Amino acid sequence: MSGNLLIGILLLSPLVGFLINGFLVNQNNKSAVRAGVIATVASAISFVCASLLFCSLLGHEAPTSVKAFFFNWINVGDFKSDMAFVVDHISGIMIMIITGVGSLIHLYSVGYMSHDSKPAKFFAYLNLFLFNMLILVLADNLLLLFVGWEGVGLCSYLLIGFWFTDPEKAAAGMKAFVVNRIGDAGFILGLFFIFMLFKTVQFEELSKLTYTVDLGWGALTMATLFLFVGATGKSAQIPLYVWLPDAMAGPTPVSALIHAATMVTAGIYMICRLSFIFVATPNTMFIIACVGAVTAVFAASIGLFQNDIKKILAYSTVSQLGYMFLGVGVGAFSAGMFHLMTHAFFKALMFLGAGSVIHGMHEEQDIRKMGGLAKKMPITHMTFIFGWLAIIGTPLFSGFFSKDEILWRSFASPMGSKLLWLAGILGATMTAFYMTRLMALTFWGKSRVSKDVHPHESPLTMTIPLMVLAVLSLVGGWVGIPEIIGNVFGITNGWEHWFHEVLSDVEAHGSHVEEALTMLTSVILAACAAFGAFVLYTKKFSQLDSVKAKFSNLHKVIYNKYYIDEIYEASIVQTIVKGGRWLWSFIDVKVVDRTTYLLTDFVKGAGAGIRLMVNGNVQQYALYIVCGLVGVLIMILARTV
Amino acid sequence: MLITLITFLPLLVGVGLLFLKNDKVAKIIALGFSLAEFAVSLILLQRFDSSATGLQFIEKVDWLPSFGIQYFVGIDGLSLWLVLLTTFLMPIIFLSSWTSVDKKVPAFCASMLILQTAMLGTFVSIDMILFFVFWELMLVPMFLLIGIWGGEKRIYAAYKFFIYTMVGSIFMMVAIIVLMFMTKNQLGTMSASLLDFYKLKIPFDAGNYLNPQTLMFFAFCLAFAIKVPIFPLHTWLPDAHVQAPTPGSVVLAGVMLKMGTYGFLRFSIPLFPDAAKEFAPLFIALAVIGIIYGALVAMVQPDMKKLVAYSSVSHLGFCILGLFAMNIEGITGSLYQMLNHGVSTGALFILVGMIYERTHSREISKYGGLAKAMPLFAIFFFITTLSSIAVPGTNGFVGEFLVLLGAFKANKVAAGFACTGMIFGAVYMLWMYKRIFFGPAGHLVPEVAEEHGHGHGSSHGKAAHHGHGEKHPLLDLNLREVVVLIPLMILIFWMGFFPGNFLDKTKTSIEHLVKNHGQYTLTMNK
Repeated sequence: MSGNLLIGILLLSPLVGFLINGFLVNQNNKSAVRAGVIATVASAISFVCASLLFCSLLGHEAPTSVKAFFFNWINVGDFKSDMAFVVDHISGIMIMIITGVGSLIHLYSVGYMSHDSKPAKFFAYLNLFLFNMLILVLADNLLLLFVGWEGVGLCSYLLIGFWFTDPEKAAAGMKAFVVNRIGDAGFILGLFFIFMLFKTVQFEELSKLTYTVDLGWGALTMATLFLFVGATGKSAQIPLYVWLPDAMAGPTPVSALIHAATMVTAGIYMICRLSFIFVATPNTMFIIACVGAVTAVFAASIGLFQNDIKKILAYSTVSQLGYMFLGVGVGAFSAGMFHLMTHAFFKALMFLGAGSVIHGMHEEQDIRKMGGLAKKMPITHMTFIFGWLAIIGTPLFSGFFSKDEILWRSFASPMGSKLLWLAGILGATMTAFYMTRLMALTFWGKSRVSKDVHPHESPLTMTIPLMVLAVLSLVGGWVGIPEIIGNVFGITNGWEHWFHEVLSDVEAHGSHVEEALTMLTSVILAACAAFGAFVLYTKKFSQLDSVKAKFSNLHKVIYNKYYIDEIYEASIVQTIVKGGRWLWSFIDVKVVDRTTYLLTDFVKGAGAGIRLMVNGNVQQYALYIVCGLVGVLIMILARTV
Repeated sequence: MLITLITFLPLLVGVGLLFLKNDKVAKIIALGFSLAEFAVSLILLQRFDSSATGLQFIEKVDWLPSFGIQYFVGIDGLSLWLVLLTTFLMPIIFLSSWTSVDKKVPAFCASMLILQTAMLGTFVSIDMILFFVFWELMLVPMFLLIGIWGGEKRIYAAYKFFIYTMVGSIFMMVAIIVLMFMTKNQLGTMSASLLDFYKLKIPFDAGNYLNPQTLMFFAFCLAFAIKVPIFPLHTWLPDAHVQAPTPGSVVLAGVMLKMGTYGFLRFSIPLFPDAAKEFAPLFIALAVIGIIYGALVAMVQPDMKKLVAYSSVSHLGFCILGLFAMNIEGITGSLYQMLNHGVSTGALFILVGMIYERTHSREISKYGGLAKAMPLFAIFFFITTLSSIAVPGTNGFVGEFLVLLGAFKANKVAAGFACTGMIFGAVYMLWMYKRIFFGPAGHLVPEVAEEHGHGHGSSHGKAAHHGHGEKHPLLDLNLREVVVLIPLMILIFWMGFFPGNFLDKTKTSIEHLVKNHGQYTLTMNK
């Protein structure tokens, strides 16, 4: 089949699903099954198309990309942006993740949303999201990418605020949109810089240009830096990460799909897409690596003491995204993409697992009120273990390979440094601690479940996706086994090879001994942290309070997320709102409007001297002054013309 | 004849309606006629030659030959879509005010139709005296619309509107007269034709601000800047909008504000190219201030209509920014933004009018949870909001993007500041949307009895009772209201996904204008 047709079906299938569920299905029908099946089928059709497209890229003789052109979108002056899409080695992987994980989450939602009053609306939004996400990754130019970029933000807004009667949820949705918009403004400026420099925003044309490395802060650096600002918004990095934890107000499948597996990785994807430009701007790369490393540590530290199961996973996502940026920032684009994929598996798994727990616990999200759930929810527990082992970097699990690749590259890449590596190790250690804490408090130890709640295992529609994702969390990393392990078994690193042509990876320089040592360090530290957390939160659970008391101040600051939200609220939000009030009540009403009254008063005063002409009509006064000014103008003109 | 027909038929029908006594018949005639008028204007679109740089559909008859004044009309790519915007909005306005205007209906319809003639006349006039006549004629029906069918402080608002615009246009009149004398000196015969004005060499001196070109540039700009309005000449706008009846607001925002931006595009910039270039930074600065200022002030408004009014200041700031970027992207974006603003802000005013008709309140704080009580209304409002905040896929994005791109080419710092308008725009619109439609049922909104699946806390904040313990019954949109909104919604997406359909017609004219800055002339095509 031709590219146009396949890509067309791939894109339109979820759009049609959205239209059917959004406009044709009775919105008040409370059965999640019909709407869910429509949406899941739409998503599955996309997955089939994506698989066909992906397979067409495999093999030695295969083309490097499949293209589709639909129509000219914006074509003004020098600027040109088409509705054109391309499946290549980068977007091929992305569409597989998006439609694959997406379909599983659609299926899961059929069970999860079975008690909701508006399932049709939910599935419509979910399909719309898929459509926009596919536009984002398939776009053949930067502006079309931005269409998907804002489109997924919009769906995120709609789904976070899905239960909009709750003011907190509605506010979380708005926060997400506005914070993302800050990033988007940066994105647009970055796009302008790119266009100004190269007169095109089409990826293929851009990739064929040669770039002189900008060692300073020139226009090229500005371009990448502003694009990175966009990435910090969408991918929840410091300083724009604050929306993501609040976004957990949305239904849990949404958190899994949008706020863990797909949308939030758009920033990484965009940078990889333009990797050939980013490597030419070392200053930006350094900033990206630093922001990524700091975010990884910072968010992990907040995750240490949160009690809401979804909030822990949210901060964990922010932290893991930080790793991806760390990788990308040291020039290890393929490693960033690798972690993007494995993270999509294990984090989607854990979010869905958390959803299963919440579902089984009748909307309880506080892990202090759980404990001992392993017996009540065996499938959820077992699959969650796979996710846990993957994220803490247990050897053989997917997260181990991808995280290790990033850590090694940050150590050995010419763009990396030992300090960045140390930050990565620190973050990984904390990750092992908080994830083990989550496991211990939720599934292990003694039950703290209140007597009115009877936890139960979730239905098959929910547990099947969990099982599939559990398997992927284990084997998903085997495509990118590093050389030092692969050589032993005679396996090559297929992942790096796959991206060889399309990503401008910076080669790492280090010996195998160093690589083995760094790998060992992270595994040992993570194991220690996990063991510590296990002991602390199961065996020594009763002594926990005394430990907490020792570090009460530190605990308080971290527990309150370093008060960042409060600081933003007081320093930025309030300033802007107060500024707006002041502009209105003072500048607009008192200064600008008054001035015009003064002009009328002036006419009145002048009129007092010539009462004969005065009949009390204010408009006429205005006319007089105007006539006077007109006279002056004519006199001046008469002299010069 | 086409242009004359389109321009003057509304006036004739309008005057005819004044003799009618029956409200219903007047409404039906006005609606039917405006639909027919729109259909005729589509012929104009169909016959328009988008490859021609010059004027098309020309009609030229001597009026006052001794002064060189003619009845001279015609359109090109700059005015085509504004004419269509006007004829497109008119039937929508009549249908939307079907029940909301209930006093002196024939006179209302007549005022609207006379206003339509004046607006169309302004867009199609090539003779400057003719232009000025239409320009001034516009004030009268608008003054009446605010003054008769307006809100409580309508008289104050009507006068404010009238005086502001009058003051501005008088200076323009003087400049037009001076230009006419210049044609006599330079071209031999006196003429009021814009085409002759374009040929003039108007003295300019960069060192001395009191040169003729600069003075006349500002004389024109004052008139247009008030109309747009550009900060700080905007304070008439919120008052006029809040007091005007819904149809008045729609036509004011939808079409009349564009007179100002159209004026800059058609007259100020090409007629006085050196002065325009010299003072472009000033206007870019004022535009950026307008974008941010309008958005910040809109954000804190307690009244929906006032919020939308201030948002117009912000949106029109984008139009001015694009114009004074003086490149193809900027001017194209600006022209597109004019149309977008007509569609989306028109729709917003209609939507606010619909809810006002039900509850007689526009106070945002009295609402809440409306998305449950009026789901259909919520969807339409949301789509319009998306257009207003320029989400890709809607018309607003194409315009805003092109304006910003053009501005970036002209002045990076200004574009950087203008980009914050993207953020603040989202803030004030979504904040309003949240307060009206989300959260628990507000003061004026009845509870919708319905159990709630996963959502928590659906019903805290028991709504206070209203009047005799009874709330206004809030019915969702009826068929007429849906029919009013559908064309606007279609346009929002159509213009968002297929801007080429619209921009193909303007391309030649705009490229001609930009490439010949300094020696711009317009020819006459048959």
